[in-house]
Amino acid sequence: MDKDRIAFLEEKARDLRVSIVKTLHRSQSGHTGGSLSAIDMVTALYFQVMRHDPENPLWEGRDRFVLSKGHAAPAQYVALAEAGYFPKEDLMMLRRLGSHLQGHPDSKGTPGVEVCTGSLGQGLSMANGMALGLRLSGKPARVYVLLGDGELQEGQVWEAAMAAAHYRLDNLCAMVDANALQIDGEVEKVMNVGPIGEKFRAFGWNVLEIDGHDMEAIVAALECAGKAKGKPTVLVARTVKGKGVPRFEHKASYHGVAPNDEELNEALLCLGCIED
Amino acid sequence: MKATRDAYGETLARLGEENGDIVVLDADLSGSTKTALFAKKFPERFFNMGIAEANMVGTAAGLAAVGKIPFVSTFAIFAAGRAWEQIRQSVAYPKANVKIVPTHGGVTVGEDGGTHQSVEDIAIMRAIPNMTVIVPADAEETKGAVEAAAAYKGPVYIRLGRNKVPRVFDDGHRFQLGKGCEVAPGTDLTFVTTGIMTAQALKAAALLSAEGISARVVHIGTVKPLDQEIILKSARETGALVTAEEHSVIGGLSSAVCELLAERQPTPLIRVGIRDRFGTSGKAEELLKYFGLMPEDLVEAARSVLARK
Repeated sequence: MDKDRIAFLEEKARDLRVSIVKTLHRSQSGHTGGSLSAIDMVTALYFQVMRHDPENPLWEGRDRFVLSKGHAAPAQYVALAEAGYFPKEDLMMLRRLGSHLQGHPDSKGTPGVEVCTGSLGQGLSMANGMALGLRLSGKPARVYVLLGDGELQEGQVWEAAMAAAHYRLDNLCAMVDANALQIDGEVEKVMNVGPIGEKFRAFGWNVLEIDGHDMEAIVAALECAGKAKGKPTVLVARTVKGKGVPRFEHKASYHGVAPNDEELNEALLCLGCIED
Repeated sequence: MKATRDAYGETLARLGEENGDIVVLDADLSGSTKTALFAKKFPERFFNMGIAEANMVGTAAGLAAVGKIPFVSTFAIFAAGRAWEQIRQSVAYPKANVKIVPTHGGVTVGEDGGTHQSVEDIAIMRAIPNMTVIVPADAEETKGAVEAAAAYKGPVYIRLGRNKVPRVFDDGHRFQLGKGCEVAPGTDLTFVTTGIMTAQALKAAALLSAEGISARVVHIGTVKPLDQEIILKSARETGALVTAEEHSVIGGLSSAVCELLAERQPTPLIRVGIRDRFGTSGKAEELLKYFGLMPEDLVEAARSVLARK
């Protein structure tokens, strides 16, 4: 892929990281770590891979995105605002009474949000249903769904993993944001879900293991996913919780905590947004 | 005599011809829920999801999100119980156009026993915002309810039963979503009933009539949204009520009626239902006697409530 395009996407992801920390700082509530670990994949989807039209959010031919790890809503919201689904000023109303930007994605109010997520474990089932329905209608659209690694502890995910392979949903691509941390600590210690790739492979999936912050690798894997016939694809993406701001990185304590004034300044400095 | 589940299977297979957007999901019980009739006719629009109800409900929500009209069936305890949170989060919260239509509601499931007899499903479905809850009295009403659910845009729960039940409504009865229905006139008291208890109440009214007591029977097909007017009118005109349902007295029709009357028009009332207990194995008819859901039990409740007028 074109180096300039990769550089453009990397720059876009950096801008969106800035937007995430500013948005969370303003709301003083929300999930910092998991939004920052997911944003490179979200950027690749909205600005490179997915066919969609912000001017016409309900365009029938659009590819669908489901944020199953709904607490990373800020990552989706900043991407939707940047793409033009709604004014960027709306981001300043995140989690406020009367705002369409609910704490977790809500399809009733936010243009570009397809379903309601936030209760972990339910997004893959919904993505399966969309993929089944689109195939039944003869539509070539694809469905992308982003899960957390802690989320894989939910049994429903594996019911859905079984069903996606059973129904040969090759128009479906799941991504696991494997940042190895959950609220109570390391995923491996709380309830080990590994080996993630081997589990999905055993369930009949096409598995691609990538670095979830390597833009070129993300785009290549997403494009490759469409070529596997007769089975769903999962990208097991190794990521860093809080990626981009060293103070937040690898820390479970920043799972559900918004940055304070000092942390915001530090984050903006790290992201090259302000001079020291 | 005909089971509501049989009427469901036939109606669904017919609606499948008229509306290509209808899809059906089942969790390995399609022979029992009668969705097998649809599956045979439209195999490409039928999805057996295996014994995995949570995923089935989520998948239905996804199908609805791309414009399909999914009907989801299994036994009531596994739909409302096992998949309650999926129904709340993935279906009701986004107001997805999903129809949850379980069979084997209540204790008349019979021999399978308490694990398989749902006595709480009306309560837990009724508590969810955006949810419509329907409990048909017979096969004819089931047909109308399924048609109405397909035409309505939003989540609907229709509770059906396993056994053959007597006819309450004539052929061609027009089911109206959200409307109750006076099925027998009366002036001394009113039976307010849902599901199979409406037929029991009609028998009770006949027994009372022999004693010179005039009992009205109001069937509530749609438990939510509740037809408040027909209940308030009956309370005003007859001054005493007996509610009856094949369900716990906690949270179902009787609770809905009590909530309404306590706020708007306090009226002497007795609840007939399952008194905070689980079901048990036995023949359906034996269980109706065991749990006090026979016409004779309704007659006794009527006499007691009349004494309080």
